[in-house]
Amino acid sequence: MFEQITERLQRTLRALRGTVHVDEKALEPALKDLRMALLEADVNYGVVKEFLASVREKALGEQVMASLTPGQQVIRVVNEEMTALLGGAQVPLSLVGPSPHVVLLVGLQGAGKTTTAAKLGHFLRRKGHSPMLASVDVYRPAAREQLLQVAKSANLAAFEGAAETPQEIADAAQAAARKDGHDVLLLDTAGRLHVDEEMMAEAAALSAAFSPCVTLYVADSLAGQDAVNSVKAFADRVGLDGIILSKLDGDSRGGVALSIVSVTGLPVLFVGVGEKFGDLETYHPDRIASRILGMGDVLSLIERAQENVDEEVAAQLEESLRKATFSLEDFRQQLKQVRKMGPISKLMEMIPNMGGNVDMKALAPGEDDLRRFGAIIDSMTPDERQNPSLINGSRRRRIATGSGTTVQDVNQLLKQFAMARKLMKQFGRRGGMPLDMMGPSGL
Amino acid sequence: MGILSRSLGRTRERLKGALQKLLPSEKVDAATLESLEEALISADVGPITAAELVEGLQEAAPTGEETRRLLRESMVRILEAPENGNRAEPEPGRETPWVALLVGVNGSGKTTTTAKLAARFQKHGCSILMGAADTFRAAAVEQLCVWGERLDVPVVAHQSGGDPAAVVYDACAAGSARGADVVLIDTAGRLHTKDNLMAELAKMHRSAGKVIDGAPDEVWLVLDATTGQNGLRQAEDFLTHAGITGLILAKLDGSARGGVALSIAHRLSLPIRYVGTGEGTDDLEPFDPEAFVDGLLGEAS
Ligand SMILES: Nc1nc2c(ncn2[C@@H]2O[C@H](COP(=O)(O)OP(=O)(O)O)[C@@H](O)[C@H]2O)c(=O)[nH]1
Ligand SMILES: [Mg+2]
Repeated sequence: MFEQITERLQRTLRALRGTVHVDEKALEPALKDLRMALLEADVNYGVVKEFLASVREKALGEQVMASLTPGQQVIRVVNEEMTALLGGAQVPLSLVGPSPHVVLLVGLQGAGKTTTAAKLGHFLRRKGHSPMLASVDVYRPAAREQLLQVAKSANLAAFEGAAETPQEIADAAQAAARKDGHDVLLLDTAGRLHVDEEMMAEAAALSAAFSPCVTLYVADSLAGQDAVNSVKAFADRVGLDGIILSKLDGDSRGGVALSIVSVTGLPVLFVGVGEKFGDLETYHPDRIASRILGMGDVLSLIERAQENVDEEVAAQLEESLRKATFSLEDFRQQLKQVRKMGPISKLMEMIPNMGGNVDMKALAPGEDDLRRFGAIIDSMTPDERQNPSLINGSRRRRIATGSGTTVQDVNQLLKQFAMARKLMKQFGRRGGMPLDMMGPSGL
Repeated sequence: MGILSRSLGRTRERLKGALQKLLPSEKVDAATLESLEEALISADVGPITAAELVEGLQEAAPTGEETRRLLRESMVRILEAPENGNRAEPEPGRETPWVALLVGVNGSGKTTTTAKLAARFQKHGCSILMGAADTFRAAAVEQLCVWGERLDVPVVAHQSGGDPAAVVYDACAAGSARGADVVLIDTAGRLHTKDNLMAELAKMHRSAGKVIDGAPDEVWLVLDATTGQNGLRQAEDFLTHAGITGLILAKLDGSARGGVALSIAHRLSLPIRYVGTGEGTDDLEPFDPEAFVDGLLGEAS
C-alpha cells in the first residue's frame, strides 16, 4: 500500500507546473499525496499538519531553481524540512561527571531495552569504556536472567546480586561497578506504560536517586500514532536525554522518528538494526528522511544533481528529451554530467527499483568506456551525431580509425546509445525516476 | 516546538469523543467529518481506511445522530465479518489436544499472552501444556517456565539454541500422551521481513500436524496495540508464511487504540480473538467489537 502511495506522490510531483514560482493550485494535490504518504508512514497526525504547512509556505515562497523541475523543487523543500526536523549533525553519547556514569534505559514494554543494553555495552567497550550492565526489572519473569545472558554472550560484565526493589538493586550495582573499576553502569529498567502512574513514579524516583548521566528512551520503530504521547510522558516525568530507535531492520517506514524528534526535540543517538549485540548503528537523519518518503536515496541524488549539473546543458537535455530528438550529442553531454555526479554504479543503486529490471550497463558504462565513448563521438560528423542511423559499415571504420578505437567499440557505443534512448523513452512515458540520471529533467 | 506541542494538545482534546460532540439533529459539516477522520487516523486505523469510512458518511449526508450510528455500524460490521466459524475456545474433555501457535514480531507480548491463555482455558476446566519454542531469545524459556510454575502448567522445553520445530513436535506428542486438552506454543519474536525465520514458522506449523491431525487449530498473531501501519505488512506476511487464523491485540491498557487491527480485519478478513489489558494472567478478554470501536472513536469509558 505504501508503495502505491509514494508512486502516486511521485506522479503528482512530476505533473507540477510552474516557471518562476511553484503554482499554488498545482501544489495542492502534491501536498495531499504527501500527507497520505506521511500518515501511512506513521508520522503523527499533528506533526504532519505542521509539516505540510511549512512545506507549503516554503515551496510557494521560493523561486524555482533553473536546474530543477517544480516537482524536484518541492521534493527538495520536503527533504530540507524533514532533515531539519529530524536533527542535523550527529549527537555523540557524552559521558561526563563522576564515574561510574549511570546510563538509564527506559521505555514501553517490548520496545527492546534489554537487547539495546547489550548493544550499548558492546559499543561503549569498543570506545574504550568499561561498562557494567544491571537489570532493575523485578517484574517481568526472567527479565534479569535475560540481561545476564545477553551480557554473557557479549562478554560484558553484569551485576548478578539480587535485591527486592529496583532502587536497592541499582544501589548495589553502583557500588559493585565502583569497586570493580567500571566507568559506566547501564541500568536496564522494566518496560512500563506511560499511563501507569505508579510505574512512572517508580522510574522518576530511580532517576532522582541516581541522577543518571544520560537517560535514553528506547522507541520501537514499528509504533504508530501514540508514540508521541508515550515519549512525551517519559520526557516529562523521568526526563530524557536522547532516543534509541529499535527494530529498524524491519520494513516499517519509521515515521515515529519524525514525530518523536519534532515533538520532544530530543536527539536520536543510535538505531537498532538486529537482534545481535553488534547490531547498533549511528543515526543518519537523511536515511530516515528518504525511508519515510519511500524514495530510496532519490533525495540525495537530487541534491547532487543540483550541485553538479550545468544548468544550461540540463535545459538542452530536457528540451531534446521532450522533443524525443535525443542524439549522440545529448548522449555525450549526459555521460559527462553523469561522470560529474560520481561513481555511476553508486548512483544507480540509489534509484529505487533499479536493481533487477534494467540493463545497468546501458546507462552505466565504466570509466574506461566513458573515455572511449567521448573519443568516438568526437570523431563523428555533426550529421552523424544528430542522426546515428547514417552510420553504416564504412563510416564505422572511419570513426574507429579517427578515434583510435576498434569497430567493435563503435558498435558497442551505438548499441548502448540505442538502449539508453529506448530506456529514456520508457521512463519518459512512465515518468520514472531514472530520468534524474540524465540530468534534472525527471520527476 | 512549543506550537507543535500545543497543537497536539488541542488535537487530543478535539478527539475526546469526536462523536459525542455531534449534535443529534444537526447536519454534519465537512469540519466535523474531518475531525472524525482525524480521530480514526490518530487511533492508527490508517489514512486509507479512515478516508474510506468517512467517505461513506459524506455520501449519506446525515445528521449527527445518523453519523454516529452509521460510522459505528460500518466499523463493527468490518470487525464481525471475518468470523470464520473457528471456535476460539477449546473445551475440556477432548480426544486429542487442541493446539495453538502464538507468533509475532519481537516484544509484541507472545509469551505473556501464552500464559494468559493458559490461565483462561485452565479456568474453563481444560488441562494445559505449554511448549517453549522460543529457543532463540535469551532466557525466553525461563520466562515461560516461570509462568508454568505460577499456573501449575507443565512446559515442554529444549535447550536454548535448539530446533523450535522439534519443540513443537515434542510438545504436541507430550500433550497427546498425557491427554491434555490444550497445547499452547510460544514462539520466538521475528520481524516478518526475515525470510529464513518465517520459513522456520512454516516448519513448526508442519511439525504440529505431523503429531496431531489437523494441528495447529489456531495460529494467532500477537500484535502490540501501539503498532502503526506496519501492522498490516506484518499480518500479510505472517498469513502467507504461518497461516495465521486470527489476531490477539496486546497492551490495549495503554493509550494506543490498536486501530491497525481494524484495517487488518478489513483487508485480510482475519478475526480479532482477544485483547490483552495488562501484565497479569487475568488481563485477557475476549474481543468485543463494539467496545473496541468505542475505544477507537475516543468514547471508551
Ligand atoms: N501493559 C501490558 N503489557 C504487556 C501486555 N502483554 C505483554 N506485556 C508486556 O510486554 C513485554 C513483552 O512481553 P513478552 O510476552 O515477553 O513479549 P514477546 O517477546 O512477544 O514474548 C513484557 O514486559 C510484558 O509484561 C499487555 O497486554 N499489557
Ligand atoms: Mg517471548
